[in-house]
Amino acid sequence: MTNHRLVTSGIWLLGLVVGLVVLAVVSFGIGRYLLDPLTVLRTLLGETGGVERTVVFEVRAPRILGALLVGAALSASGAAYQSVFRNPLVSPDILGVSAAAGFGASLALLLGLASAVLQVLAFGGGILAAVLSVLIGRVVGRGSTIVFVLGGVVVGAMFQALISVTQYLADPQNTLPEITFWLLGGLGRTTLDGLVVPAVIVAGCLGVLWTMRWPLTVLAVGDDEAHTLGVHRGLVWSLVIGSATLMTATVVSVAGIIGWVGLVVPHLARLVTGPAFAKLLPVAALLGAGYLLVVDDIARAATAVDLPLGILTALVGAPFFVVLLAKAGRAWR
Amino acid sequence: MAVTVDGLEFEYRNGGHRLAGVSLHVAEAEVCALLGPNGAGKTTLLRCVLGLLAPRRGSITIAGQDITTLSTRELARLVAYVPQSTGITFPFSTLDVAVMGRTPHFGMIGTPSRTDLNAAESMLDLLGVGRLAERPFASLSGGERQLVLLARALLQQAPVLVLDEPTAALDYGNEIHLLGVIAELASAGRTVLMSTHQPDHALAHATRTVLMRDGRITADGPSHEVITGERLTELYGTPLHVTDVSLPEGQRIRTCVPVPTAPRSAP
Repeated sequence: MTNHRLVTSGIWLLGLVVGLVVLAVVSFGIGRYLLDPLTVLRTLLGETGGVERTVVFEVRAPRILGALLVGAALSASGAAYQSVFRNPLVSPDILGVSAAAGFGASLALLLGLASAVLQVLAFGGGILAAVLSVLIGRVVGRGSTIVFVLGGVVVGAMFQALISVTQYLADPQNTLPEITFWLLGGLGRTTLDGLVVPAVIVAGCLGVLWTMRWPLTVLAVGDDEAHTLGVHRGLVWSLVIGSATLMTATVVSVAGIIGWVGLVVPHLARLVTGPAFAKLLPVAALLGAGYLLVVDDIARAATAVDLPLGILTALVGAPFFVVLLAKAGRAWR
Repeated sequence: MAVTVDGLEFEYRNGGHRLAGVSLHVAEAEVCALLGPNGAGKTTLLRCVLGLLAPRRGSITIAGQDITTLSTRELARLVAYVPQSTGITFPFSTLDVAVMGRTPHFGMIGTPSRTDLNAAESMLDLLGVGRLAERPFASLSGGERQLVLLARALLQQAPVLVLDEPTAALDYGNEIHLLGVIAELASAGRTVLMSTHQPDHALAHATRTVLMRDGRITADGPSHEVITGERLTELYGTPLHVTDVSLPEGQRIRTCVPVPTAPRSAP
């Protein structure tokens, strides 16, 4: 944490922000109706009208902002989970959050409920899963990290089975495809209005994680040593796991289950920043936002059909993760 | 500041390493060594003092304050800890590790300031490891790591220093060097409580020695009075002899040596 390294990290951050803005402008132009970056900029500044305006503000803005939000939230919570559990294989759905949120959404679709209710149920499911995992960890494992994580796996498997129940019961003509597509993950249904509340929640959670950046870094030396250095593990754990989970449940309720982002991107970020959470958090969030934006651009533009985002993140993320493990794995040994 | 342990009882869930009524008073600026065989309860006692274990009965008072009434942060400003070795596996730099010692002073939502970093750099310099500040902590040798951990503990500026066999992972030369540094720096006005396996460490550096066995204190007093061949033989269950050695320079040093036992004859 010397001057030199702070400067390096500052340049990286600035580069990432600039890169992200350029990427967003380019993304506004990508799609079936191509726009060049200059037209995009003029449209954003309100200098054009008609078709350009509709395409930029009504069709593409919700998806682009959605991709930025979901990517940033998933990567940031992945970085937080990995730091707090000191485990590189942990990802935002470790506590069964994604599966449970998916179940909440499937249930809403099965019962034909409004999309606002879907978001609430998805969100509630995610929180319920986190609470169940924590309870299992507390009661059965008496605070052991391994039991805590295994509890999450069990809770996830349970909700996965419940998802199957909704799929089995769903009408194969219309409800079943709807559920299936939602579970595959995607930003097709995003609206600007629908992003407001999730954005506020994610921003609040990122704020909490940011204030915990130093204690979280100290916890990496081990719980007992951290305690003797004045860091209260229980407090840091509750705040970090609470906000990472809240953030995950929020974005799952927006975009369905999008795997691998929260696992791969924090690793990539750690290659750049090292383990200090103060540097890892912003870099992971920005990288995640950019990554999901690019993948969503591919999903929108690569083929005539809108490919489900969850499929692409897995197809891209899984092989990429192997490469990262080969490079970054040393840091965890 | 004085540390008072009164009637401490502790038992692990699995029944191992218990404490059965330990009382101890370490006066301000005293260097107190805990000596005893494995499983005597030395580490358990130290972990209670550090607030890492909650005793079933009894109390621990530091500077007149019961430690159960203190927050984690308040306790960390009173007691600093040097572990046997550390579990740090992340690629932290040496300076990163040292500056963590400033944590109790800026609290939960702060981060180290320039002043904290400067303090950490000077402390590393003082302990002779300043040139390693930028090196990854994990790449240091065992002796260098312990010096960095000592720097981290000293940066807490706590009046009480707890060391749990701080030299257990070190080679002979580093062991002597580290103990010398502790005696010189750490004890300057600080109250030091350390566990050790070496009676010689206690004889050389501790003003006070406490012998422990099976979770109880069996002897407690000035090191040169407490450490006798008879007591150590009983404590460790093997014949030991304590004697004075005259160095060629005329210095006299008290030391403990094992008494060779007759080899068992083959059947």
